[in-house]
Amino acid sequence: MADATVSTEQIEVGEDRGKEVMTVNVGPHHPATHGVLRLVVDLEGEIVRELRPVIGYVHTGIEKSCEDKSYWKVIPFVERMDYVSYFFQMEAFCGAVERLIDLEIPPRAKYLRTLFLELNRIHSHLVWLGTTALDLGAISMLWYCFRERDKILDLFEMATGQRMHTRYFQVGGVIEDIPLGFEERCRAFAEEMPVRVGQYQDLLDRNEVFLSRTKGTGIVSRERLLELGVTGPLLRAAGEPWDLRKAFDYLAYPEVDFKIPVGTVGDNYDRYRVRVAEMVESARIVAQCLDALPEGPFIADDRKYVLPPRSELSTSMESLIHHFKLVTEGYRVDPGEVYYSIEGPRGELGCFVVADGSAKPARVHYRDPSFVNLQAFREMAVGGYVADMIASLGMLDPILGGVDR
Amino acid sequence: MPDAPDLELIRGEIERDHPGTVLATSYDRQQAALLVDPARILDVLRWLKEQPGHRYDFLSSLHAADYLPAEPRFGVHYELINRDRVERLRVKAMLEAPRPAGPAAAGDPPPPAGQEGVPPTTSPAGEALPEIDSCVELFPTADAQEREAFDFFGIVFRGHPNLTRILMPDDYVGWPQRRDFPIGGEPVTFTYNERRYG
Repeated sequence: MADATVSTEQIEVGEDRGKEVMTVNVGPHHPATHGVLRLVVDLEGEIVRELRPVIGYVHTGIEKSCEDKSYWKVIPFVERMDYVSYFFQMEAFCGAVERLIDLEIPPRAKYLRTLFLELNRIHSHLVWLGTTALDLGAISMLWYCFRERDKILDLFEMATGQRMHTRYFQVGGVIEDIPLGFEERCRAFAEEMPVRVGQYQDLLDRNEVFLSRTKGTGIVSRERLLELGVTGPLLRAAGEPWDLRKAFDYLAYPEVDFKIPVGTVGDNYDRYRVRVAEMVESARIVAQCLDALPEGPFIADDRKYVLPPRSELSTSMESLIHHFKLVTEGYRVDPGEVYYSIEGPRGELGCFVVADGSAKPARVHYRDPSFVNLQAFREMAVGGYVADMIASLGMLDPILGGVDR
Repeated sequence: MPDAPDLELIRGEIERDHPGTVLATSYDRQQAALLVDPARILDVLRWLKEQPGHRYDFLSSLHAADYLPAEPRFGVHYELINRDRVERLRVKAMLEAPRPAGPAAAGDPPPPAGQEGVPPTTSPAGEALPEIDSCVELFPTADAQEREAFDFFGIVFRGHPNLTRILMPDDYVGWPQRRDFPIGGEPVTFTYNERRYG
């Protein structure tokens, strides 16, 4: 009687099921796809034979909406594209507009921006490490990573008032100076972070499960990655030391000392090692920015583009007029087009802005690294096991808000 | 970035090998750009990629823009990087918006979008679309980005292996990022609204 629910019959299988190719739909809503990504996968047994990513599920037309906003109103919009690296999105847009209007930002603003970009890079890598390790079965990593991430969010909240989507960078500089006590807490964090990274490595580097899941999986050659336009930690893990922070001169990066970690074979393990090493380097940059933070204004003093200080509004008529014009109409930008790219946590984040002489951009386009990097995913996964496909997707670290925009 | 004299040198060298391809140069806001004849875009891109001493072999971004009142109307931009010299160069091709298709073209059944080897030269509505050669053979990274430009601007990349919509739904009609496409106005159906307002 106890076996009544269990069939004792053997199921006869006519053909060899191992040779049959089966098309399986993964996603769009699945925790392992790190967002709303759908994968149509052809499986032969457990081997991935073909794979097509289907994207566009969270396309919200941000680029189109930006054309209807005056320049300063675009900033909170673009932050919501890649919602994990919002400071980078802001910097790409603000930098592009600053180049369009030829506005030099003061040194203190450069250092503050660099500081927050690097904090954001650590934050983004922590989200990546926590969720990817979770995909590979290491659940405690998520809690540890999000513990440190929360400290970064606390710092963001302290300086900007918001934990995410801070609208802190403005065309011309940053909106506010850092508050009293921020430097101390930030320095404590920058000292603590390398220790924490060491603890993560203690958890993962000699973890047999983690090693066998990541070593030798998802390899794509360096040449092929370059052809596919892959940038960022994925490319560096394959041994190509290409980093826009070193290659091009922007913000305070030429003045700080940091290394570019590179891998050797370009498997998932190298991708993990490169990102983890980048976190330590970013913490070093944060500490150096705090040490070298210049005194002076935090935003450019150009009343045609930058809001006047709040204190002047009640005493100066001109300031009030400038404030009113900037807030209601915005500023006009002479016709021209600029492509400005920075090294985001996932690779080259480019912003292309076309100005047509009005107060609204005629075109805002983001070259999102996740969007371009996703093209390499097919070659990472085809020929491997389904489980390795999930590991590779985690190590690719796509943010679907950035992919679909 | 190549500076303005360097840009003229590059233009001269391209013109020597492929006369008549570079229509103009621009050096604006420290960014160098070559304006190229769209019919010969592949000649220029191949030259820039393979010419010894230049080797702009990394296509970092391909995007399109609609300069609506201007004629030619559509621009396709190729942001190239020379990683040895750490220089950026923008190659830009301007495309005319084709005249509305004649009665003969409108009578023919339009080729289904995305069929292999048959890139659509007209939209399902029979509207003629601007065309340019695809550079996927030269730069495989352009695959998704050309599809994106097709999706949003209706620019056909001849020879693209799978030119279908990428971010918009497959059955979507219209080219949403063209300047004459209105912002907003997508009807959103909520069952609440349907019940209440019918």
